[in-house]
Amino acid sequence: MRAVTTSDVVTDSGEASMVDDPTAPHGYDPARAWMLHPQVSLRPESFGALAYHFGTRRLSFLKSRTLLAVVESLADQPTGLDACLAAGVPEAELANYAQALSALADSNMICERVA
Amino acid sequence: MTIDTMTTTDHQPVPAGLRLVDRFERGLDAPICLTWELTYACNLACVHCLSSSGRRDPRELTTEECKALIDEFERMQIFYVNIGGGEPTIRSDFWELVDYATEHHVGVKFSTNGSRITPEVATRLASSDYVDVQISLDGATPEVNDAVRGDGTFATAMTAMDRLASAGFTGFKLSVVVTRHNVTQLDAFKAIADRYQAQLRLTRLRPAGRGADTWDELHPTADQQRLLYDWLVAHGDSVLTGDSFFHLAGYGEALPGLNLCGAGRVVCLVDPVGDVYACPFAIHDEFLAGNVRSLGGFTDVWRSSELFTELRAPQSPGACGSCGHYDACRGGCMAAKFFTGLPLDGPDPECVLGHGEAALLGRGDVETPRPFPDHSASPRKVAVALSPSRRPDRTCDENPLAGFAVDVDPTR
Repeated sequence: MRAVTTSDVVTDSGEASMVDDPTAPHGYDPARAWMLHPQVSLRPESFGALAYHFGTRRLSFLKSRTLLAVVESLADQPTGLDACLAAGVPEAELANYAQALSALADSNMICERVA
Repeated sequence: MTIDTMTTTDHQPVPAGLRLVDRFERGLDAPICLTWELTYACNLACVHCLSSSGRRDPRELTTEECKALIDEFERMQIFYVNIGGGEPTIRSDFWELVDYATEHHVGVKFSTNGSRITPEVATRLASSDYVDVQISLDGATPEVNDAVRGDGTFATAMTAMDRLASAGFTGFKLSVVVTRHNVTQLDAFKAIADRYQAQLRLTRLRPAGRGADTWDELHPTADQQRLLYDWLVAHGDSVLTGDSFFHLAGYGEALPGLNLCGAGRVVCLVDPVGDVYACPFAIHDEFLAGNVRSLGGFTDVWRSSELFTELRAPQSPGACGSCGHYDACRGGCMAAKFFTGLPLDGPDPECVLGHGEAALLGRGDVETPRPFPDHSASPRKVAVALSPSRRPDRTCDENPLAGFAVDVDPTR
């Protein structure tokens, strides 16, 4: 399952060069709306998933299937927190998942979107 | 290994007892990335060439076969391929294949000596998000570089980088194989990379290909290895290594990266004729898993070949089992051991604790395996003898010896 097509990316970098780059790294805030960066592909694996960013050419490992589910649902959920809850992350683990999403936001694997 | 730019996002929920490294050692359904040598043809004759390149192999994959292979990579969701050679840009369909790959969501990073990076090519490269370039340079000065790569190659590489920079391409890679003669130039290499807003990539010299003939004189000394390790630790994530120095982890702190041998587990090599080897440093029948032209194609070789299945089984630490550092260095590089005649379940020839040196001294008169096939343009010092039992003819039709029962003995 590919998360991105060439045309998506062309559009994205075209827009990004305009004013406020929505795909520039921001600190993760669970109360805001997020999405997988349009230049990132996800490859599900038994341990979770591999994520590859074609722009930064960086590879990340999502080390659980639940985290994969969270990342995949970000675009459809109003906030990062909602995505975690919808994927069934137990309350006690929400902080862990917030940290994981923080790391992904810092490496630009996920980015904020206009809610 | 060959994987760069690794970030393991920490603080993630990991099922107890399952380290990612353990998962990877058991192999994945598809490689994370792979190296694809597009051609054995090369305008240079570097003395340490891993693939003994020089002459084109007449059985090279055709354009259509290459495209079918890219289709397979796409289906397997292989994020990117490291294209090399030989000099890959020599293939007349090189750009056609690069475009085909990126249109099919397979990113491309290609290695070049820079000789064909014209201003037009540089402009074209600068406009693509999906293509990355790696310029090879093995000395920060012409004297050191040209001794290994050939006269004028330093100037060629610098010109290529000038052109990339002028075209606005930043972040390309300056790729250096660390040798005894350039290990003192690491700061100078970093300065060159910084000047071009490029990223420095340092990799390990392997005794593979023509490197098997020159490794003794070129590989860093034990003291130099320590300097290299300290330099890498000090520079952390800002320098790429293709995860190739994991044998140095025995010094203490692991270097950034996966620190494992990914051969046949998360990486592999496809050569110009479609042969699939466990890794780019192991072009030898011993590490040949199959061919992409066979029924089932690359996918089947990757998932079901006997060799890769073996590599994914738990490996015995062998003689390294009693050493407290095995968990850090995992016994080092399989190819480095093989081509120096050491047992695969023993220390790396450059083991930082000195076990490799002892093993090399103790190996006696063991004949070291010869790299095969050899596509060098001018034969190395070879014994040419008439032989009734000749090897399969793997040489190019330009070779005046091709077609005759003359055995160019690669074992000297």
